[in-house]
Amino acid sequence: MTNHWNDLQNSDCILIMGSNAAENHPISFKWAVKAQKRGAKIIHVDPRFTRTSARSDAYIPLRSGTDIAVLGGMINYIIKNKRYFHKYMVEYTNSSFIVGKDFDFKDGLFSGFDSKTNSYDKSKWAFELDDKGIPKQDKTLQDPNCVFQILKKHYSRYTPEKVSSISGVSVKDLELLYNTYTATGKKDKAGTIMYAMGWTQHTVGVQNIRAMAMIQLMLGNIGIAGGGVNALRGECNVQGSTDYALLYHILPGYLKTPLAGQDTLEQYNNTYTPKSNDPESANWWQHYPKYSASLIKAMYSEDTPEQGYQYLPRLDNHKASVYSWIPLIDHMYEGKFSGGLIWGMNPACSSSDSVKTRKAISKLDWMVNVNLFQCETSDFWKGPDMDPEKVKTETFFIPCASAIEKEGSVSNSGRWMQWRYKGPEVFGDVMTDGHYFHEIWEELKHLYEKEGGVYPEPITHLSFENMCEENEHGHMEFSARKTAKLCNGWFTRDVEVKGKKFKKGQQVPSFAYLQADGSTTSGNWLYCNSVSDTENKAMRHDASQTKEQANIGLFPNWTWCWPVNRRILYNRASVDEKGQPWAPKKAVIKWNGSKWVGDVPDGGWKPGTKHPFIMRKNGFGQLFGPGRADGPLPEYYEPLECPVKTHPFSKTLHNPTAVQVEGEEKAVCDPRYPFVGTTYRITEHWQTGSMTRWQDWLVEAEPQMFVEISPELAKLRGIENGEKVTVESVRGSLWAIAMVTERIQPYNINGTDVHMVGMPWHYGWVTPINGGDSANIVTPNVGDPNTGIPEYKAFMVNIRKWKEGDN
Amino acid sequence: MNINRRDFVKLTTAAAAGIAAVPAFGGLGKAFANTAEERAKQLSPKWTQQTTSVCAFCSVGCGLLVNTDLETKRAVNVEGNPDHPINEGALCAKGAASIQMTENPKRPGKFLYRAPYGTEWEEKDWEFCKKRIAKLIKKSRDESFEKKNAKGQVVNRTMGIASLGSAALDNEECYAMHSFMRSLGLVYVEHQARI
Repeated sequence: MTNHWNDLQNSDCILIMGSNAAENHPISFKWAVKAQKRGAKIIHVDPRFTRTSARSDAYIPLRSGTDIAVLGGMINYIIKNKRYFHKYMVEYTNSSFIVGKDFDFKDGLFSGFDSKTNSYDKSKWAFELDDKGIPKQDKTLQDPNCVFQILKKHYSRYTPEKVSSISGVSVKDLELLYNTYTATGKKDKAGTIMYAMGWTQHTVGVQNIRAMAMIQLMLGNIGIAGGGVNALRGECNVQGSTDYALLYHILPGYLKTPLAGQDTLEQYNNTYTPKSNDPESANWWQHYPKYSASLIKAMYSEDTPEQGYQYLPRLDNHKASVYSWIPLIDHMYEGKFSGGLIWGMNPACSSSDSVKTRKAISKLDWMVNVNLFQCETSDFWKGPDMDPEKVKTETFFIPCASAIEKEGSVSNSGRWMQWRYKGPEVFGDVMTDGHYFHEIWEELKHLYEKEGGVYPEPITHLSFENMCEENEHGHMEFSARKTAKLCNGWFTRDVEVKGKKFKKGQQVPSFAYLQADGSTTSGNWLYCNSVSDTENKAMRHDASQTKEQANIGLFPNWTWCWPVNRRILYNRASVDEKGQPWAPKKAVIKWNGSKWVGDVPDGGWKPGTKHPFIMRKNGFGQLFGPGRADGPLPEYYEPLECPVKTHPFSKTLHNPTAVQVEGEEKAVCDPRYPFVGTTYRITEHWQTGSMTRWQDWLVEAEPQMFVEISPELAKLRGIENGEKVTVESVRGSLWAIAMVTERIQPYNINGTDVHMVGMPWHYGWVTPINGGDSANIVTPNVGDPNTGIPEYKAFMVNIRKWKEGDN
Repeated sequence: MNINRRDFVKLTTAAAAGIAAVPAFGGLGKAFANTAEERAKQLSPKWTQQTTSVCAFCSVGCGLLVNTDLETKRAVNVEGNPDHPINEGALCAKGAASIQMTENPKRPGKFLYRAPYGTEWEEKDWEFCKKRIAKLIKKSRDESFEKKNAKGQVVNRTMGIASLGSAALDNEECYAMHSFMRSLGLVYVEHQARI
């Protein structure tokens, strides 16, 4: 989230699209309703009527996977009706940049496409530069090659009639949505978006979000109270675990994983440190070498950053099609891994195509699963269609401490780093995950020291002691408090930075003081400023605020928020060149003549001296985004499994760059699988249910796998409400109890009724008895080309009455 | 008086079923009735310690109050923290059921091991698991370690082990996991954020 939960109350129009906030983030909805009581409008756009729709001012159904059509239509509407916030769009976004002559777009494909590799040469989308290397601008927005004109041309194709014909949203509903939402393009009005996996889990996931980010930039809705682009993330610490880079492509703080050929730290830094010749561009990533050196120094304190860099593994490239989840599971299925460490996860139910995933796990020689409760992953070897006597995998189930049994911090969607204290003792013989990591590492270190082995230094040199404290028995053990200090970072020797003297061992006050020469550690530069010499700010429970802060509910003294306790990102865009807020009644920051008041500003420079989007090389919000794998502008494509052979925007049916597994069949207009399938969550269960299916109260409320279908589809298939049915796709089948409901309606697509089948994905065969199995048995191994996230939200299935012999 | 929550649950169940209960509460037979008043008494600061935490389900980050019995060291109540600015004491159905994630008779407290082609779990201790897991990691790493790629570039990576997880870890544990996995040379490192 660029903003945070309490800030929803400041909005004038809340668009909820790709999320069912009232059921899946119930407490967030409290703040949406507060805005509504003040007069704000809530609009819910979703394939299914839910409790979110019930409390919204308008509910607009769309066919799953057609969001870019609807959003592209909104961009067209904004331009045609001049609903943009002109000054903001001209001064703060790249609307005026001149795009180079190599850029082109023809029939669904951008220039630079290579059909052999299904990828783009992104250099074809570069901006024209002046002789200083700064992008050329036409602030009149008249140049035919400026971003605004390119946008205007591109989205003029997204007429209400075309959008309606493919999405199933009526022209009347589109007008209502566009008119209501774009009314926030005025300088004192704020519109916000609440989205979740309904947007990310598509082969166009990133472009769904980019389309909305573009709308927000055009309307001047970024950086302001009640605005922003707000991802409702799914797990209590998925924000933190992403910040801490448990992903193939990044190191903590969104640094890049090193690639083959980047043989030295200098080469690595040079590749990822952007250079800007514009004195008004803060170009914050220019500090990259300080953050990389401090991370390496946190990991390898006895080595120089240059030596420590040599211990980091290198990838061949950063392609999602090579290293992300879908190819990883495919590799496992092909028997290319001997071992698997599966920590606090249940991929046997959560991964797309569960049947393949479960078989993949059985190809491992050994597998360790750490969880609170046994699950379909730990017990995969005795699951459906498995004969334990034929499964080679040596399997460990390691039970772990629960959240309230240990201390440490978690970061919520609003980037608040909140400390958890230890309540009860850890249960039974179990320990915390941190203890497990430390003790296994310790054992490995002993083994390598005793027996030798391949390149042991990265393990034996790892400074795990930085994360440990001596316990009452005199042994070093994992300590969350010590690790939190390390993640912030400390000085490794006495130094003077920016005229201030620091002693060895002192905490670094903020990332502005981090150094590239090994004199500072920081396990994650974004968290530098969270733990000082005197306090761990994640522990703060102080609700006091200044008048300005209280006006918009910032709560700056309640816990701590990255970066540097800034509660609303890009807040320099909320003010004009004199530092005066566009919306004085809901000011985020304000220049009072000598200093900034309100939130922590995005850099302390005087107003009007720096472009506000400081994390971008040029300092502007990116209406034209030349960095994405599938094009600089969102373009409409059908899901990789879909019910139509054509769409009205081009002859390119699917995202040509989507992640796929070669040779895997897909159902496109396949009469065997005529219905759109989708998956979602319910309030009473969580993710695969591996924790909630063991909780009696929750199982009593939601005991069994069900499938929601419309009365029309029920009639078509002769299915009664409450009847057992079979849902099947190219990949597999499962049973569910039919819930026939008017919450789902057929969509009118090009004059034809298209039906949808909706399933929760919380169930699995381990428990409860007769609870059913995972909806992911039917989901496909296709994903977004930028992130690799599978398309769980739109695929093709059949539904029919269950019969003897079915699963 | 030393009674843990599991026994307490068993006893209250027994009382509800009409079976004469053993007066394990030293004559406080009334305690078995489990009335609101009695439950309130259990929350008394004399009996429990109160700590704050954060809900372990979605990412809203609702504040929790956790009351832990001073004798048994087990949680007796988990509820929304009324002082917390986001949830102001409220919780959803899952958050309100948080205590069952920790205090749950079905929760395994033992380490389980299944040998290759085995048909049953065996209980093992942590020492066994730790030593065996470390040996297996070392074997897989040493066998699959690539010093150079096909182009002859230095890569120093372990191709034979995949790591999945976890958004359920605390930040500090995530940092520890990142350091550990990268020190092993792993490049196939993924978790919930990807799915």
